[in-house]
Amino acid sequence: MLAFIIRRIVQSALVMLVVALVAFALFRYVGDPISSMVGQETSLADREALRTTLGLNDPFIVQFGRFIGNAIQGDFGISYRLQQPVMELILQRLPATLELALVSGLAAFIFGVSAGVYTALNRRGFLSTGIMAVSLIGVSLPTFLIGILLIWLFAVELQWLPSFGRGDTVALPGGWTTGFLTSSGRQSLILPAITLGLFQMTLIMRLVRAEMLEVLRTDYIKFARARGLSNRTVHFGHALKNTLVPVITITGLQLGAIIAFAIITETVFQWPGVGALFINSVRAVDVPVMAAYLVLIALIFVIINLIVDLLYYVVDPRLRVERGAARH
Amino acid sequence: MTEPLLSVRDLVVEFPTRRGMLRALDGVSFDIAPGEVLGMVGESGAGKSITGAAIIGLIEPPGRIVRGEIRLAGERIDNLPPEAMRRIRGKRIGMVFQDPLTSLNPLYTVARQLIETIRVHLDMSEAEARAHAIGLLDRVGIPAAARRIDDYPHHFSGGMRQRVVIALALAAEPELVIADEPTTALDVSVQSQIIDVLKEICAERGAAVMLITHDMGVIAETADRVAVLYAGRMAEIGPVRDVILNASHPYTSGLMASIPTLVQDTDRLVQIPGSMPRLNAIPSGCAFNPRCNQAFERCRIEQPPLIDVAPRHAAACWLAEEETKNDG
Repeated sequence: MLAFIIRRIVQSALVMLVVALVAFALFRYVGDPISSMVGQETSLADREALRTTLGLNDPFIVQFGRFIGNAIQGDFGISYRLQQPVMELILQRLPATLELALVSGLAAFIFGVSAGVYTALNRRGFLSTGIMAVSLIGVSLPTFLIGILLIWLFAVELQWLPSFGRGDTVALPGGWTTGFLTSSGRQSLILPAITLGLFQMTLIMRLVRAEMLEVLRTDYIKFARARGLSNRTVHFGHALKNTLVPVITITGLQLGAIIAFAIITETVFQWPGVGALFINSVRAVDVPVMAAYLVLIALIFVIINLIVDLLYYVVDPRLRVERGAARH
Repeated sequence: MTEPLLSVRDLVVEFPTRRGMLRALDGVSFDIAPGEVLGMVGESGAGKSITGAAIIGLIEPPGRIVRGEIRLAGERIDNLPPEAMRRIRGKRIGMVFQDPLTSLNPLYTVARQLIETIRVHLDMSEAEARAHAIGLLDRVGIPAAARRIDDYPHHFSGGMRQRVVIALALAAEPELVIADEPTTALDVSVQSQIIDVLKEICAERGAAVMLITHDMGVIAETADRVAVLYAGRMAEIGPVRDVILNASHPYTSGLMASIPTLVQDTDRLVQIPGSMPRLNAIPSGCAFNPRCNQAFERCRIEQPPLIDVAPRHAAACWLAEEETKNDG
């Protein structure tokens, strides 16, 4: 178990190193950092002097080493556009994105699994057919369109929910701002969370349904029935747990995707998260922010992957290898 | 003869398909006496497993029983409501499946699967059920049962897993055990051990066994009576010795002749020419007539009923009728 965790952490570190290399290359070679810092009238000699003081004339490996060293300490430099430390900017915006991703991810998982199980158990039912038809829409409609449709229906026509922003937030100790504690914050969360989570929900639902149907055909389910276990025990005790093994992986990766692709939803709803920050930075060629965002998203993916691997381990006893192969 | 434990009368099972109804079982009738071992042989698709599934009430939909009745100790069980049938499964009729590698839920320990089965059927506390489970494992020949009970299925070898499956099937002391090819998936060296364990335990508890197999050797050693199925119909049924020595149906004779023996020194194995008809293309008259070297006009037109050829020994063959006429 410990060896497994250490191996996975080393692998994760390698992945992060590669991503950091890409981020660094972006930072260092997309445009000239000096020209975005100084004005038009700075002389070539001054530029060269600045270049030397900033260490931009050092060998590549030294510069990369310095980048990594700073990144580990959370230092990604100063934003060109906002003239603030990049890390500070991201930390300000991160709570908004994480709260949005958490709510939509959780909702997608809960509704996805329930609907998946329901449609698998009542395959030919009227409601199942309906859910499957609606899920097809969820899978095929692009996110921005869903967002706009929701805004039109619930914000413009019905005027039930706000169409943009995060509502009022409450600052918690540690620099975290939360929208959960105010009613306008909670209301503002609903539409973006649906928009962001709908695709994931339908995906999880279809996956759970397919896996569940597969599991229900297995011998151990037939044997469980032949032993006289109740339908409830068979479906939720035996079938569901086996269904969840592959579902965990996909759901984990989807959570990463939710955070990374919140960009579109955040843009549609003017949500003040890191996604919106990234889009604005791209427009302004704010390279330090882009590089930091890249590293951050990679870090989130790597951490989620690590957690998924460990969860696998908890759910599936066959992976607990230290007890050895079949004993006789 | 005492009242039969299991009585199957004129059982017809059909599966609707796109190309019409497939009749998997066509008017099968037989009895099993308390404590008796009935062997059931036939080629793949002859209806052996469907018969087992019909008795325990687990025919895969859309297949269904369209005619006939199944009685357990005189009480009809083929039309019971699902909940009543569930209480019979495992409690009064146990089932052992073909492949021990897939019959057990991989995510739960053997203890958990045994205890849940015991507690569904018997009024026992967790601790009592556990003690009972250890006793069962010990009885089916699992060494160090008290320690091994907390292992997962993948910690056991194939033969050991089949012992666990037998323990599960017998957990609530059923009166009838349906063993569907219990040794087919096992290594030859452990096949006879498993059959011995099954036979011994059932004999000791007075449970009757319906042993489905295509291994005539196993039948000869184990069964009291044997039923031969062909294309969903009963071809011949009778005491094992009678059927083996005086096979009255040409199909049974063919089966017997195709068992290789060490005594005869032959270059070629004897085989029955042709193959069993598909269920949607069963010829009129006797289903075996196209492959039968003794078939005559009547065999192609009229389906033979089961005709008694000796006490308790019957064959569905017009030749048998000729013989009994000549004798009489």
